[in-house]
Amino acid sequence: MKRFEFLIERALLLCALVSVATTVGIVGVLLFETVEFFTEVSIVEFLTGTEWTPLFANPKFGVWPLVLGTLLVSGIAMAVALPLGLLSAVYLSEYAPPPMRRVLKPVLEVLAGVPTVVYGYFALLFVTPLLQSLMPSLAGFNALSPGIVMGIMILPLVSSLAEDAMQSVPNSLREGAYALGATRMQTALTVVVPAAFSGITAAFILAVSRAVGETMIVAIAAGQQPRATIDPRVPIETMTAYIVQVSLGDTPAGTLEYRTIFAVGMLLFLGTFGLNLASTWVRERYREVY
Amino acid sequence: MASASTALATPDVDAGIARRRTLDLVFQAVALLVLLAVLAALAALVYSILHDGLGRLSWDFLTSYTSRHASHAGIRPALAGSIFIIVLTAGIALPVGVAAAIYLEEYGTRSRMARLIELNIANLAAVPSIIYGLLGLGLFVRVLGFGGSILAGASTLALLVLPVVILSTREALRTVPMSLREGSYALGATKWQTIWYQVLPVALPGILTGLILALSRAIGETAPLITIGALTYVPFLPDSVWSPFTVLPIQIFNWVSRPQVEFAQNAAAAIIVLLALLLTMNATAIWLRDRFQKRRIS
Repeated sequence: MKRFEFLIERALLLCALVSVATTVGIVGVLLFETVEFFTEVSIVEFLTGTEWTPLFANPKFGVWPLVLGTLLVSGIAMAVALPLGLLSAVYLSEYAPPPMRRVLKPVLEVLAGVPTVVYGYFALLFVTPLLQSLMPSLAGFNALSPGIVMGIMILPLVSSLAEDAMQSVPNSLREGAYALGATRMQTALTVVVPAAFSGITAAFILAVSRAVGETMIVAIAAGQQPRATIDPRVPIETMTAYIVQVSLGDTPAGTLEYRTIFAVGMLLFLGTFGLNLASTWVRERYREVY
Repeated sequence: MASASTALATPDVDAGIARRRTLDLVFQAVALLVLLAVLAALAALVYSILHDGLGRLSWDFLTSYTSRHASHAGIRPALAGSIFIIVLTAGIALPVGVAAAIYLEEYGTRSRMARLIELNIANLAAVPSIIYGLLGLGLFVRVLGFGGSILAGASTLALLVLPVVILSTREALRTVPMSLREGSYALGATKWQTIWYQVLPVALPGILTGLILALSRAIGETAPLITIGALTYVPFLPDSVWSPFTVLPIQIFNWVSRPQVEFAQNAAAAIIVLLALLLTMNATAIWLRDRFQKRRIS
């Protein structure tokens, strides 16, 4: 009996270790192929080059166009998701009567649960034509439309995490502000938001990480032209969209072209991993203790 | 003296109060408008898809194979592939995830190893899904030799949803009252007997709710399956775990990528089917959760 109990515990531990093995697997696979990649391409060219044409006869491996494309779309998404998400959170946390919150929160969750390929459809076939009617110089594939749609997709994440942070601010702080004659807006903006600052910042960083790793919206609606530009009206390509583009073709394993997606993936992994760590760090480091 | 200064100050103070109240109202209106705008975006999304896709939805569309002619094309292999892969993903993620959660919640809560695993799970939950695709490509497709099969796809998705399954299972286990465990121990049951016969049955609805919500994320995943080499054109139904396959989101992606408007309509129709599947799964999860809560109260 004792022996059986011991075996069970070991088996359970083994399953728990699958998650650790996943991390090791991710790092291992990315590292292996990336190291192979850098035996053929100089790491300096990869990190500083401004031309990305790995599928051409005369390939160039400067990753900047992809990085810039990723930052551009993520930047647009953040410009939508951060202010709107924060305002929604302030409203839900400080203004909305409880029955309204009970209705609005699940609806926002629906927005977060829609598959990203559906958002891609929405960006390409609804938002882009709509924007083109306002802005005729906009290309059919561009950074603006997927950026905006991505912002809408990420907004529930920002709103729900920021609201959680505001909800954890004790009521005595609000009551103190009201006693001094502050209005609800003044209380929200000068007392609650600063008190919840660490949680809100952590939410923002996590949202950036989500935007950087988002794939299908940009693969569908941003075009697939690596271009070092910050013009949101023209087609660009992000790191994630490049990985999809190569995966769709039948690339034989072991070729340089095949390895590019792991090198790009490594950069993406390091970027999002760094952001996730920063998010956790901010939340822990600057947490207000009541 | 005091009354004089009050009389002097009153107009200023009143104006200040009025201004701040107006500002408060304006701010509230703006915030509410933002929320309504977000809801309007959701409405526009649903409207555009229903408007484009409802006309294409028919029994033929569900049961036909894909075709070069948009009007003959259907989603039969994609729908079958999606269902097959989700069932297999559940089959892998459920036992592993529940076992991991039991270890973390019931056995190793205080050990350093458990802390490490917890930290790791929190980080994994935020890794972009396409990175899991690269893991699947390197590990399952190449090293283990699964090829671009359903098994490779389901294994990749199982790793992707594992953090969610573990977190929700832990939450379900935490709601089981300690007194239940103590009662079982008092009758002489071992730890595992207690978990297997007492704790798990009580936590089961909660565990299943979490699993379904995790799977509803997996069923919409596109990027990792493209990365591991799922096909876009599949003229047959998958018949084993080694079959090549396609899934609904990939079929949608393929159709959206074509310039002809007829294919866009096909994509919209396929999206309606995908959203209907998602809705059914979420409704099941909510139903389970409600039953669970009722039973706990009684």
